[in-house]
Amino acid sequence: MRTTDAVGRYGEQVAVAHLEAAGMRVVARNWRCTSPVRGEIDVVARDGDALVAVEVKTRRCGPAGAPGAGHPFEAVTPAKAARVRRLLVAFAEATGERAAALRVDAVAVLRPPTGPARVEHLNGVA
Amino acid sequence: MGLGATRGVALVGMTGAPVDVEAFVTPGLPAFVVTGLPDTSLGQSRDRVRAALAGIGCSLPSKRVTVNLSPASLPKQGAGFDLAVAVAVLAAEGVLAREVVRGWTHLGELGLDGRLRPVRGVLPAVVAAVRAGSPRVVVPHENAAEAELVPGAEVRSASCLAAVVRGHGGEVDPACDPEEDVRTRAPAPVEPPPRLDLADVVGQVEARRAVEVAAAGGHHLLLLGPPGAGKTMLAARLPGLLPDLGDEEAVEVTAVHSVAGTFDAAGGLLRRPPFEDPHHTATTPSVVGGGSGVVRPGAASRAHRGVLFLDEAPEFRKDVLEALRQPLEHGSLVIARAGGAARYPARFQLVMAANPCPCGRASGRGEACSCAPLERRRYLSRLSGPLLDRVDLQVEVTAPSRAALAVGAEGETTAVVAARVRAARAAQQERLAGEGARCNGEAPGSLLRGRLRLPPVVVGDLDAALDRGRLTVRGYDRVLRTAWTLADLDGADAPDRDHVGAALLLRLRGRAA
Repeated sequence: MRTTDAVGRYGEQVAVAHLEAAGMRVVARNWRCTSPVRGEIDVVARDGDALVAVEVKTRRCGPAGAPGAGHPFEAVTPAKAARVRRLLVAFAEATGERAAALRVDAVAVLRPPTGPARVEHLNGVA
Repeated sequence: MGLGATRGVALVGMTGAPVDVEAFVTPGLPAFVVTGLPDTSLGQSRDRVRAALAGIGCSLPSKRVTVNLSPASLPKQGAGFDLAVAVAVLAAEGVLAREVVRGWTHLGELGLDGRLRPVRGVLPAVVAAVRAGSPRVVVPHENAAEAELVPGAEVRSASCLAAVVRGHGGEVDPACDPEEDVRTRAPAPVEPPPRLDLADVVGQVEARRAVEVAAAGGHHLLLLGPPGAGKTMLAARLPGLLPDLGDEEAVEVTAVHSVAGTFDAAGGLLRRPPFEDPHHTATTPSVVGGGSGVVRPGAASRAHRGVLFLDEAPEFRKDVLEALRQPLEHGSLVIARAGGAARYPARFQLVMAANPCPCGRASGRGEACSCAPLERRRYLSRLSGPLLDRVDLQVEVTAPSRAALAVGAEGETTAVVAARVRAARAAQQERLAGEGARCNGEAPGSLLRGRLRLPPVVVGDLDAALDRGRLTVRGYDRVLRTAWTLADLDGADAPDRDHVGAALLLRLRGRAA
C-alpha cells in the first residue's frame, strides 16, 4: 500500500499542476467527509463560475507505455462519479462555497518509467 | 468524432431484415453500450468483442463506445452480430477505412480469442442482404459454402477477426492470429443414411400401390394395420420414390434447415425431399415450431417439400395433431410470440401410421382383438374428423401371410417405381402449369370441378357416395385428385370410372359405398 499511496500523491500533484495551468484555481485538496456521504474529494477547484470536484487516478506504465492495471478512467465507475458529485454538494454546504454550477471532472495521470507523466482530463463526467 | 458503420442481418423467421450497425466513439468515462433492442446473447456481444479486439492488438479505446443497431425498434437476437459490431468499432477508431467497411454485410459470432464461429440462418440472411442491394458479405469459414449458394452474392470468408481486418485493408500482427483449432477444422464425415429400397418390403401389394400413388400425386397417406405389418417400413421408403427438388424448392428447403441449424453446407443445396419422423411424445412447439424469443422451425417446417411421418399417430397429443391443420390447409405456419410473428413454410406430405386399436389386432375381422368396443372407437377417433378428412389415401395394411414370406421379396425396386412416379409427375406439371400447384395433391378444387371436370358417367359412384353422406365435399375433391394421379400413373389422359372407383376405395379404407 505504501507504494500506491506514493504514486497517488505524486499523481495528485501532477493533476493540480495541470489544472492550474488550465486556468483553474484549487480550493481544497483531499477533502474528507463522513456525513452525509462518506468519502474524499481529491481536488476541489474553481473553473470560472463552476465549482469542480476532480477525481484523480494514477497508473504506472510499462516500457511500452500501456498501463498494466488498465486505463485510469476504467477505475472511475458511474457509481464512483455519482458519489463524488454527492460529496461535492456536501462540500459546498459545509464550506459555504457558492457556485453557478457544480461539476465533476476526472483526471488520468499516466506515469511512464522515464520522462514526464501524461495527463488526460475529462470534463463533466457526472 | 469517431463514427463507423457496417451492416448485419436480423432474422425474423425466414425473412432477414438488413440492420445498420453503427459505432460511435466519444470522449468520456470508458463504457460500451449496445442499443437497439438486443437480446441477452447479443447484449453480451460487447464482452466478446472487447476480448477479440484486445486479441488482435486493437484494444477498445478508453472512451465511451456506443453501438446502435438500426432500425432500433426491431428486436434482434443471437450472437451473429458480433463481427459487425467489432468491425464498426474498428472503423470508428480509424483502424479500418470507413467507406470500405460501409459497403459490406458482416455475419458471425466471435470467440474470445478472435476466432470466427459459424452461425445459423446464413442462407436467408445472405438472401436478404443481396435483396437489400448490398451483395458483399463476410461470413465465417464454415458458412462460406452456404453463403455461396445465393446467386449474386459476393462472399468473402474468414476464420478469425484478424483475417477480416486484413481483408478490408487493415494491418494486424500475424502473431495475433488464434491457433488452428482441430475441433472446427476436421468435421466428422457424415454417414449417408442407408438406402431404403421398396424391394425390402414383403408382400403388401395394396399398401405398396398406395405408397406409389402417394408419391406420384403428393397425397397425404394413412396406413392402418397391426404391429409388425410393415407400416413403418413402407412409410420410410416413400421419400426414396419422390423426385428431386427443383431449384426454387431446394432454396426454400435449404433456408428452413439453415435456420433450424440442421443443414451441412458441404453437400450444397438440399436436393432430396426431407423426411421428418417426430416421436409421438413430441410437443406442439417441437412439431410446428416455437421457442422463447427467437422462433425456430419445428418438424413440420423441416419437412417442407418432403414427408412428415407420424408413427403411432393416435398416440400423439391431441393439440399436436390439431396444430397440423393450419399447415395442411395453407402450406405455411405462422407462429406468434411476444417478440413478433414468424412465418415458416410447411407444405409437407403427411404420412400417418396407426394401429387399428390399442392392442393392435383389430384389423381384418378383428377376432384376436382384446379391446373393448368403446376403447376401439375412442382410439381412432383421436385422429379427429377434420384431420382425417384431409388425408386422401387411407389404407389397411395386413400382416403378410406365410405364403408371401416364402415367396420372398419379389416386389419392384425403388428405382422402377420412382421412374413411374417421375413420369406421372411430369404429366401433372404439364397439366397444372400456371395453376399454382405442382402435383395433384395441391390442385385447387375449383380447377377439378371447372376446367378438368369429368363426365357424369365417370363420377357416378362418387356422386352417390356424396349423396349418401359417406363423403364430404372436401373428400369429394380429394377423391378426384387421387383419381387423376391413378390416371397419370397409367398414362391415361383423364381418369375413367375404374380410376375413380379405385380412388374411392383408397379413400374409404376399402369399405366402398
